[in-house]
Order: sequence, then structure tokens, then C-alpha cells
Amino acid sequence: MIEGVGVTEFLVVSTIMFFIGIYGFVVRKNLITILMSVELILNSVNINFVAFNKYLYPDLLQGYMISLFVIGIAAAEAAVAIAIILNVYRNLQGIDIEHINTMKH
Amino acid sequence: MDLSNIIIMRNELSLIVVVLLLLMAEIFSSKNARYMLLNVATGLFALHTILGFLPAETGELFGGMYRNTPLIILMKNVLNIGVLVVLFQVQGWLKKPENNNRSLEFYLLTFSTLMGMSYMISAGDFLMLYLGLELATIPIATLAAYDVYRMKSTEAGIKLILLAALSSGIMLYGISLIYGTTGSLYFNEVMGNLQMNPLQILATVFFISGLAFKISLVPFHLWTADVYEGAPTNVTGYLSVISKGASVFVLITILFTVFKEMSDAWQPLLIVMAVVTMVVGNLFAIRQQNLQRFLAFSSIAQAGFILLGMISGTTYGMATVIYFILVYVFSNLAAFGVVSIVKNATGKDNIDDYNGFYSTNPMLSMVMLLALFSLAGIPPLAGFFGKFFLFAAVAEQGMYWLVLIAVINTIVSLYYYLLVVKAIFVVRVDNPIEPVKGEFLARVGLVITVIGILVIGIYSPIFEWVQALSFGL
Repeated sequence: MIEGVGVTEFLVVSTIMFFIGIYGFVVRKNLITILMSVELILNSVNINFVAFNKYLYPDLLQGYMISLFVIGIAAAEAAVAIAIILNVYRNLQGIDIEHINTMKH
Repeated sequence: MDLSNIIIMRNELSLIVVVLLLLMAEIFSSKNARYMLLNVATGLFALHTILGFLPAETGELFGGMYRNTPLIILMKNVLNIGVLVVLFQVQGWLKKPENNNRSLEFYLLTFSTLMGMSYMISAGDFLMLYLGLELATIPIATLAAYDVYRMKSTEAGIKLILLAALSSGIMLYGISLIYGTTGSLYFNEVMGNLQMNPLQILATVFFISGLAFKISLVPFHLWTADVYEGAPTNVTGYLSVISKGASVFVLITILFTVFKEMSDAWQPLLIVMAVVTMVVGNLFAIRQQNLQRFLAFSSIAQAGFILLGMISGTTYGMATVIYFILVYVFSNLAAFGVVSIVKNATGKDNIDDYNGFYSTNPMLSMVMLLALFSLAGIPPLAGFFGKFFLFAAVAEQGMYWLVLIAVINTIVSLYYYLLVVKAIFVVRVDNPIEPVKGEFLARVGLVITVIGILVIGIYSPIFEWVQALSFGL
């Protein structure tokens, strides 16, 4: 535990990160940046879990465990997403979200 | 360590065995033998489906992380039957030359997602739920992007994976708040510690919105139309029936057990979402021309009806939802079966292309008619009883205005389903689609769905059986 830093400070940081992620997901035009925004959201969740575990339930392990699983699954998700992004690049020679509109009616 | 009671997990274990066998077969088989492997894979899965109907043990595993009740076994069996029908329908598409080399991948990915859904339904812990949800989502994105050289398919895949990641991130944030306020991830322990404080209400809303993405409820429906249109037809059928059904099962079990004390918080939310989902789904379905896109909006509207059963919060409501999903599996898969047979043979999937379809393909037209009438809810068919019980569950709570809105929406939906029926039966054109004949298994799949549509509606003990099981949860 850090001197003078409580659970509130951690929650403020994680909440800001979460909403930066949501903002980035909506505003950004590049597929890779959108993927990065999603990673920000998942990492804010990890901060939440670890901070809750450390400060509120020091004798439990569930928060640590789930954050490990979240990291692993985020990697799997990124792998699949990047594979599909590569395929988009092959089809369009670009990964700008503006061009992914072949089904616009 | 005593492993004897791991047999409780039989459904997942047999699925793992099937997946491993197929993986090995793909590695060690020659190119010519792969053609045969498709039938082997379908056969193995049929065995797995039959195995699911044998009497099974119920109980808990891993300290309550995994649980099996008679109702959960029923849910898994419904999903198994649905996947089996999808596998029957998929033959014509997988035997095309461009898919010949990698058709076994389709089976592996489908079975993996089904395994994820089983774990998700059986979860007794938020960690297990999250793992199952991700296992059920990530492979589906690769399935949607299966047609590598078709941009629309890739587009469907990228939209699905990004939005699924976002939705599971939001859901996880809700779970983290639940952990912070209750100090546990186990459903049993969370249940006793919810006191309706603002943080827990926020957590509930985040959690529901994460699952609402998967069920494609308005305002989380925007991915549905594009993904359903772009993905291969059979994958769309899988997404709209199996994936959605599994998510509904999870949402209902969690709302009715874990968040039961929070019902004052989620009930108004669900009422608003149900009304908006029905209205938006129906209004957008009217102006669609592409049949896959049309079925996407129709499935959004159906999701709105499904929510009606959840609003009541009673075991009767739960039984109506499960019964409705059972009906919906057969009706929607029948519609997708016809669309996929026609699309594989001719490549056409617009409603206008179906003009005069009855004059050349009377049998397929009749199946389509039954499917659409069942989706719309015309009396002797199963869809009518599904909707009737849902409305009854709402009326039981005294919310008659909600029933009125739902009935008006049913009438609107009847209009656009009849538009398709009109194109098939009434409109006469000079060059309708030539007579098409599906693969043998695809036709068997259609027969199964038609039997389902007819029998489930007329044979009433099925609903009583579902209702009896619902009390066990």
C-alpha cells in the first residue's frame, strides 16, 4: 500500500481511463486505435479489480485472479481482431473506418 | 483429489472430445479424406446431441463455479438441437470449391463457441461467466469473416469483434463494481450482499448492457444489421439463433437469481428497452430489401418480445422465455435454411428476387410460409403460443398497457412478414428463381424445423414440462 493513496484515487484513475477508452472507441477512425481504446477499457477494469482486492478485501484472491484472466483474454481478442484487420487491409489497402461502409443503405 | 463427480460436466466433456478428435483428424488426414470428414463431424455432433438427452447428474463443481440443474440441461439441449440443424444446413455452402480446403475449421470454431455457451449457461461465478462469454464470442467473429475474399464478410467480422470487445469491457466494469461492493464473484455470495446502493445499480446497468449487446437490444443493436448481412448465411443463422438464445438464457438466469433483490432497479430498464426494441426493430424491418438484413431486424424485434417475459420476474415468466426461445430456434432456422439453400444455388438474397418463387419451388415456399407465420404468430403454429404465453406473463403483472403495445407491434410485424409471403406466392413474374434442390442433409434439417414448428405449438405438455423445470432454479 502506498502512503497517502487510498482506494478512491485508484477508482478516479480507472474511471477516467474507462471513459477515455469509450471516447476513443467512438471518435477514432483507425481500426488499430479503436482496438487500443478497447484495451484501455479492459485495463481500467484490471485497475479496479486489483485496487478493490488490495484495499477492501486483502485476504481474498479473486480480484487478482480475474485480472490475470482478463489480460489473457484481451490478448486473444487482440490477436483475432488484428488478423481480421490485416484482411481488411488486403481488401482495401487501408484500415480507415470510413471506408468500411460497403453495406451502407 | 476426487474426480468422480466431474461427470456432471458431461455435456462439455463430450464436446471437448469431439473437438479434439476433429483436430487430430484434420492433422493426420489426406486431402481427399477431408471430404468425408464433414460427414464424420456431423455424425459425431449428432451423437453428442443424443447423449445430451440421456439422464444426467445435477450438482455443483469447483466450489460452485460450475453448476448443472435440470433447467440448464434443457437449455443446453435446445442449443444442441439448434446447432445440429445449422450443421445440416451448412453442407451445401461448405462443399463449394473455395471452402473445400478449410471446411473442418468451421466445425471446430462452431463447437468451440458452443462449448463457451455451455460454460456460460452453467456458470456459478462471474469469472466462469466471463470466460464462457469470450469463448462464445471470439470464434464467432472468425466465422463471420470466414469468406476471406469477400469484403462484406470481413467487414462483418471486424464490426463483430470490436463491438463484442467493447461490450464485454463494459460488462467487466460492472462486474468489477459488483466485486468492490460485495467482496465476492460467486453468485451465491453476491446474492446475499446486494443492498440496492447506487454503485450496485450502476453495476447492474453495466452488466445488463454488456449482455444486451449480444442479444442486440436497442440501443445496442447497431452492429446487428451489418453483421447479419455481411456474414455467410449459415453463420448468420447461427448468430441469430444459437448465440442470441444462449445470451438470453444467461441474462434470465442471472436476473432471476443473482440480481433478484435488485428487481426494482432493472425492471423499469427492461420495460423501456423492450418497448424501444420492438418498435425500432419493426419499423426498420419494413423498409429492408435484403432478406438477411430483413431477418436481422425481425430478430431484433423478436428480442423485444423475449424481454417481455423477463419483466415479470416470476418463474412463469422464465418458463415462457425458454419456451419462446425453443419456438424461435425452429422458426428462425427454417427461414434461414430456405434462404441459404437459395443463396447457395443462385446467389440471390433480395426479397424482389423471390417474386414468383412458389411457381418453381412449391416445397421451399411452404417451409418459408410456415417459418414466417410462426415468427409473426399466426394461431395453429408454435410462434402464436410462444407470444401468447409471453403476453400472459406480462398481463399477470397487471401491465396491460405493455401488452397493448406488444400486440400493436405484432400487427406491424405481420405486415412485413406478409410482404415476403406476397412476393413468394402472389406476385407473378416472367423469370422467377429456377427450381433449386438443396443437399440431402439440408432438406432433413428443414423437415426437423417444420416438425418443430408444428408439434411444439400443438403438443401442450412441452410447455408444462418447461414450467415444471423452471421452479427448480
